[in-house]
Amino acid sequence: MTAYVSTTPGLFPLPDWAKDELSELKGHQKHDLISGDEGEEIADAYERGRAEVVGHQLEVGLDRVSEGQLRWDDMLAHPLAVHENVDTRGIVRYYDNNNFYRDPVVTGDLTFSGDVGAELEAAAELADDASLQAVLPGPYSLAELASDEHYNDDADFLAAIADFLAGELEAFPDHETLFLLEPSLVTDAPSEGFDERASEAIDTVAAATDADVVTHTYWGALEEKVYAHLLDADIDAVGFDFVTEQEDSIYNLQEYGATDDIALGLVDGQNTLVEEPEAIRDRAEWVFDKLPVTDFDTVYLTTNTETFYLPYAKYEAKLEALAAAAELSEVKAT
Amino acid sequence: MSPETNENRDQFRPEGHDNDHFILTTVVGSYPKPKWLNRAKELYEDPDHKFDAEDYEEATDDAARLITEEHERAGLDVVVDGEMRRNEMVEFFAHRIQGYEFNGPVKVWGHNYFDKPSVVSDVEYTDSWLVDEYEFTASATDRPVKVPITGPYTLANWSFNEAYEDDDELTLALAGLVNEEIEKLVDAGARYIQIDEPALATTPDDHAIVGEALEQIVADIPEEVRIGLHVCYGDYSRIYPEILEYPVDEFDLELANGDYDQLEVFKDPEFTADLALGVTDVHVAEVESVAQIERNIKKGLEIVPPEQLVVSPDCGVKLLPREVAYGKMANMVEAARNVEAKLDAGEIDVDRSVTPPADD
Repeated sequence: MTAYVSTTPGLFPLPDWAKDELSELKGHQKHDLISGDEGEEIADAYERGRAEVVGHQLEVGLDRVSEGQLRWDDMLAHPLAVHENVDTRGIVRYYDNNNFYRDPVVTGDLTFSGDVGAELEAAAELADDASLQAVLPGPYSLAELASDEHYNDDADFLAAIADFLAGELEAFPDHETLFLLEPSLVTDAPSEGFDERASEAIDTVAAATDADVVTHTYWGALEEKVYAHLLDADIDAVGFDFVTEQEDSIYNLQEYGATDDIALGLVDGQNTLVEEPEAIRDRAEWVFDKLPVTDFDTVYLTTNTETFYLPYAKYEAKLEALAAAAELSEVKAT
Repeated sequence: MSPETNENRDQFRPEGHDNDHFILTTVVGSYPKPKWLNRAKELYEDPDHKFDAEDYEEATDDAARLITEEHERAGLDVVVDGEMRRNEMVEFFAHRIQGYEFNGPVKVWGHNYFDKPSVVSDVEYTDSWLVDEYEFTASATDRPVKVPITGPYTLANWSFNEAYEDDDELTLALAGLVNEEIEKLVDAGARYIQIDEPALATTPDDHAIVGEALEQIVADIPEEVRIGLHVCYGDYSRIYPEILEYPVDEFDLELANGDYDQLEVFKDPEFTADLALGVTDVHVAEVESVAQIERNIKKGLEIVPPEQLVVSPDCGVKLLPREVAYGKMANMVEAARNVEAKLDAGEIDVDRSVTPPADD
């Protein structure tokens, strides 16, 4: 029997009160962004924000609870941006969005940090018995978002980032799933030969946890070779962005098959129009109708992208719709 | 050497201009609001305070007069009211267009947010957006007034689209509305309109839809009305030379911020429109010297002859301290007049023949 699991790729918007409070406490300029050693008042505001987003996920019955990554001012570049051997320099565009982050320039060894693990510890305490989901940038995307002045070789840099993420992951508290976000595999596809390295790097990270690992891709479909290599990695599911690209995603699944589990990005993380749970369920069925084999063990229903692009109330409504859609699908499947 | 003329641009040449050459000086639009105006807004938004809508309107009128006069004092040939009545370049218009709704702030970067609106039904034009603002400013000065207006591509791109099939369709629907507003502005006497498209050149191939939208915007607008297009902080190699096909008189480009590192893009093929060159950096809170700005103006002469040149700051100056904003404008005007005098005296070489690369 297929289990339908409602979840998200994390990186939530701050509640509106936290936007105001943290603007006041931190300021608006580049040097005001998160440092990793923030003071008590700022830490306290984030703690209350975390409690709110964890509480909301529990309340609407989302099957996986994320920490929310509210501190990630630099979005997916966060784990490097707060690292002691990384300089944060100019403000650069975040993919093709009207969003910006600090260019993290790696200037020394990527030693253990513990920053993300500490966040997840705090979330674990709030989540009680609910299933916890960890979120990390995939090694390829993190390498693409950063600049390197230390390793001086693309392959070495990617391997170092993978080792760094694996080290962080080993220190995480128990978690049910890990979402590894790899949009760059789509937007800046690895060149011939490098696609294999990208999958090896994902393998390195995935091996560092006992949890189910979902490598989630978005802003289009993977090139077929990249997808084929990704299937070689020891992961439990690939995530597909069915909001942006249906045909090519279906093509990959038809031609190359799939992992035992699958993540379907069916809810638009970048548009305020809130999907009906029935429509989300129907879209999942539409995908399965196109595939020769559909006996997935677990189907994750998620937004296609992070949700920090949305106004807070719309983000909440999207999570509620996902939770209801997973329940509807579950009923139908049994 | 007597300069060539450019009828569309030279309609804004002041009478009795000292030099034979003329380089039009203007601003992009926004200017720092006086602190008391921000304070007045807080009082107006405080439900417990007696300061009401009429009081706030009086305050914005005063501010608009003050900043228009400040632009005159700096010596600008074409002035703006510093957008004293506007809050943000998308929000302001979205509040005036039927079909938009607001759902709360979203992140741009760090703790910088904006109320990104959602288009939830067909966009419709109801009351005019800018005619009152234009008429007020025009009555407050004897100088020509420019009207900046956010373009349809940026209005679409910086909104959530819930109602239209895709963003191109929304862009074209909004272009119809912008056209209607510009017709009203022209009826009211406006002769210089600047369409702001900061979203242009941020995604590949977006020049095509912007071109289509501009054709719709300028349809039925009389030839003598000067239409400019302001673009900033994008990758210009994505849009040049395609933009030369746009039906506009002038391109207003941010280039000082990158120290003119994208200047080469515009050298080949030849820049056939007028160039409104950014000659002061709005991200540096220090006033550039007159000599420095003269050097920047000369960069423009590598692209176009003097009769096709206009100068302005890179972008709106609203985030600068007010005295710095003023200093940049005053120095810019002085530098432009110096360059004009040197052109009159034949002291500046305006030969733009391209030196072929060594390996050619």
